[in-house]
Amino acid sequence: MHSTPEALDLARIQFAFTVSFHIIFPALSIGLASFIAVLEGAWLRTGKPVYKELCLFWSKVFAVAFGMGVVSGVVMSYEFGTNWSGFSSFAGPITGPLLTYEVMTAFFLEAGFLGIMLFGWNKVGRKAHFGATLMVAIGTLISTFWILASNSWMQTPQGFRIEGDHVVPVDWFAIIFNPSFPYRLAHMAIAAFIVAGLVVAATGAWHLLKGRRDPAIKKMFSMALWLLLVLTPVQAIVGDAHGINTREHQPAKIAAIEGLWETEKGGTALNLFGLPDMEAETTKYAVSVPHLGSLILTHSWDGEIRGLKSFPKEDRPNSTIVFWSFRIMAGLGVLMIVLSVAAWFLRRKGRLYDSRWFQRFALAMGPSGFITLLAGWVTTEVGRQPWVVYGVMRTADAVSPVTAQQVGVSLFVFVIVYTLVFGTGIYYLLKLLKHGPALPGSADDANHTARRPLSAVTQSIEGA
Amino acid sequence: MDLTLAWAAIIALGVLLYVVLDGFDLGIGILFPLFPDEHDRDVMMNTVAPVWDGNETWLVLGGAGLFAAFPMLYSTVLSALYLPLVLMLVCLIFRGVSFEIRAKASRTKHLWDLAFIGGSAGATFFQGVALGAFLDGIQTTDGRFSGDAFGWFTPFSIFTGGALVVTYALLGCCWLIAKTEGDLQRRFYRIVWPLTVLQLATIAVVSVWTPFQDQGIAMRWFDSPLFYRLLPVPVLVVACAWIMRRSIRSKHETRPFVMALGFVLLGFVGLVASISPHEILPGVSLWDAAAPRSSQLFTIVGAAVILPVIVTYTTLGYWVFRGKVRHGEHHYH
Ligand code: HDD
Ligand code: HEM
Ligand code: HEM
Repeated sequence: MHSTPEALDLARIQFAFTVSFHIIFPALSIGLASFIAVLEGAWLRTGKPVYKELCLFWSKVFAVAFGMGVVSGVVMSYEFGTNWSGFSSFAGPITGPLLTYEVMTAFFLEAGFLGIMLFGWNKVGRKAHFGATLMVAIGTLISTFWILASNSWMQTPQGFRIEGDHVVPVDWFAIIFNPSFPYRLAHMAIAAFIVAGLVVAATGAWHLLKGRRDPAIKKMFSMALWLLLVLTPVQAIVGDAHGINTREHQPAKIAAIEGLWETEKGGTALNLFGLPDMEAETTKYAVSVPHLGSLILTHSWDGEIRGLKSFPKEDRPNSTIVFWSFRIMAGLGVLMIVLSVAAWFLRRKGRLYDSRWFQRFALAMGPSGFITLLAGWVTTEVGRQPWVVYGVMRTADAVSPVTAQQVGVSLFVFVIVYTLVFGTGIYYLLKLLKHGPALPGSADDANHTARRPLSAVTQSIEGA
Repeated sequence: MDLTLAWAAIIALGVLLYVVLDGFDLGIGILFPLFPDEHDRDVMMNTVAPVWDGNETWLVLGGAGLFAAFPMLYSTVLSALYLPLVLMLVCLIFRGVSFEIRAKASRTKHLWDLAFIGGSAGATFFQGVALGAFLDGIQTTDGRFSGDAFGWFTPFSIFTGGALVVTYALLGCCWLIAKTEGDLQRRFYRIVWPLTVLQLATIAVVSVWTPFQDQGIAMRWFDSPLFYRLLPVPVLVVACAWIMRRSIRSKHETRPFVMALGFVLLGFVGLVASISPHEILPGVSLWDAAAPRSSQLFTIVGAAVILPVIVTYTTLGYWVFRGKVRHGEHHYH
């Protein structure tokens, strides 16, 4: 049995759909795990109840996000074999060990200490509990390390040779620390913190708008905005460096991101907006700024950037998609910087907790982290097409010998199930956020240590 | 040392650990329908809430280990078993999410109970189906799957699916005997023997049926040296059943669980004996399917160091949550 083009397209849609759903939850849990560890550490040091309060509250949110991350992640680890058997038998000798290391060093660590972190408040001492929280947080970061090593190797492969019908690893250090890895790791880890920071800030803003002014709300609002003030500009700088790296290793991706068709001499303009047309080989309605492209991507006035026409037609990624996905990411990134700087000004004027327009702004920006994150991944992944292992294996050769019907049916099932299950999950997450941390002195505040935060909302939140 | 065999052993051990650990926790979902009371269900779920995620991670390790050490097997077997595996994953989603949401829901709590039951039973069933289909043999040409999309759907695989449901239900029941007390515990004692009888029946049927499925398996089983080495297996099964009976009578709390583990272990021995490393897929030996040495070596170094650490802190986790789980214990108002 051989795969058909329809099976390939369906398998792609299925992968994009399931991984997009997956990445939303880990991004939030990577960020929140570290945030919770900081809160717990602050509580141990200062003994102030507000930290414990916040710690318990965000642990509940974390538990839900984490659970969803786990179940959607298990799907991913099997999908390579079910849908991409061509890829997994060819590249498995490299991506398999990387995934195995992720399981051994990260997934077990998270899962092993999660129970103590969530249910162990009364079972172990304070320090031991903090240790468990730290382990979980570190686990999420180790996980990021391995999965991005794997993905980056697929983007900029090195350290291997090809023998028969599969790759043979030659130099593991070169494989893991491949050229795009440091940039992607930094960019993604920061992205996860930004995602979580924006969610925390938006939750704070919601409760401020509703009139709450207790220390827990103010504290989390303020902490999140400090974090964003530091990280959003750093993210732009890392992103810029990432782009320069990509120009070197994946020039076709950069040409597609910029909607550039011709290789211009003596300085390349930057298309701010436009509509790249793959058929007509031109970017329609382009609004461009002379020399800016060279300036950003080569950091020189007249640096050369290769246009898409210098690549064979069958090797060109879809410029229409990545042109826009990139602009969504970078645009929202700039907006995040505006948000954080505005917060800084308000803070200096002592109006951070009173300015309603700012609170509405912060609330509106709550989901923007997720959108930016997905836009970034779409840029990266669509931009590397038609290759699954860049320059080595084409996506079309990666797909499993399964029928289009099989993939179609399972895609259908996934769409229904994900919408239903994760839809409800997100609904409960929002309910939790709306409920907010316990009010000081209320029955469910920090003195009543919840021992079952997985279902920590002891009072039902459904009707709330 | 033969890295390929070492990897096969690690994966086999991982699968065994998975069956044992996630087995009892899936079994709890399978037993849910017999315990309609909401508070009983809370207790049942609480006995595994802190550990289920770690248990499931062994499944991920099995998949990833196969991917790393035998990419060719991983890709062939997984695409051959496409539908049962996808269905298993979907069931695991329902069940994993119900852990988080069931307790937060009020109006829709019964729906999440259903999701937990269906997810647990379904995931178990499809694992069993996948196992049966693998024993049935997977059709390949040039190292790629070339069989039918529904090749896995046979009377034998359906039966092994059902058999695994029984196995996990028994494991779950014995776990709950150890973790509960009072009236609830008494009710587990009441169903544990019928489950054991069912388990014995399924073991018998699978043992008779398996050699008929595949000539290779029949030859291995009745090949004389192996035959004599396997001879103690049925004897031990009977011994386990006998001890089980006695421990239930004397209301021993942990021994039934140990005996249920005994059944799993013995079944596993039979299973391993059925699979020939020289013919892991038709015409493909374990060594043909192996990843390059550099891949296996890189990963096994890590496994040798890290797996013992994992086992240590996993044990620690179980120890922290040792003891009985009581009604309402986790509720704070
Ligand atoms: C470790 C690997 C890995 C990781 C972490 C990701 N992807 Fe990916 N992605 C692949 C590995 C991959 C792949 C297996 O390599 C695919 C399948 C077909 C292909 O060409 O690449 C792919 C395809 C693919 C496509 C289809 C591209 C096309 O057909 O034009 C999209 C839209 C995405 N991915 C989106 C994402 C998103 C939103 C991700 C994270 C949030 C993501 N990918 C993470
Ligand atoms: C296709 C690629 C991916 C695969 C195969 C994959 C696989 C998995 C699996 C199997 C789990 C569950 C682990 C468990 O049982 O505890 C998981 C969870 C997780 N994944 Fe992914 N993953 C992928 C993409 C990513 C990416 C891109 C990131 C982040 C950069 C990421 C970060 C995490 C984290 C932190 C968890 C822990 C659970 C959580 O925090 O929600 N994964 N992943
Ligand atoms: C304004 C500043 C930003 C710039 C200049 C920038 C730049 C880039 C570039 C060039 C890529 C493509 C990498 C490739 O070629 O494969 C990328 C990918 C990505 N971006 Fe950004 N980015 C910015 C802001 C953000 C923000 C704020 C987030 C999330 C909160 C984000 C999340 C991502 C993600 C998840 C990816 C895919 C993973 C990766 O390749 O690192 N980016 N970014």
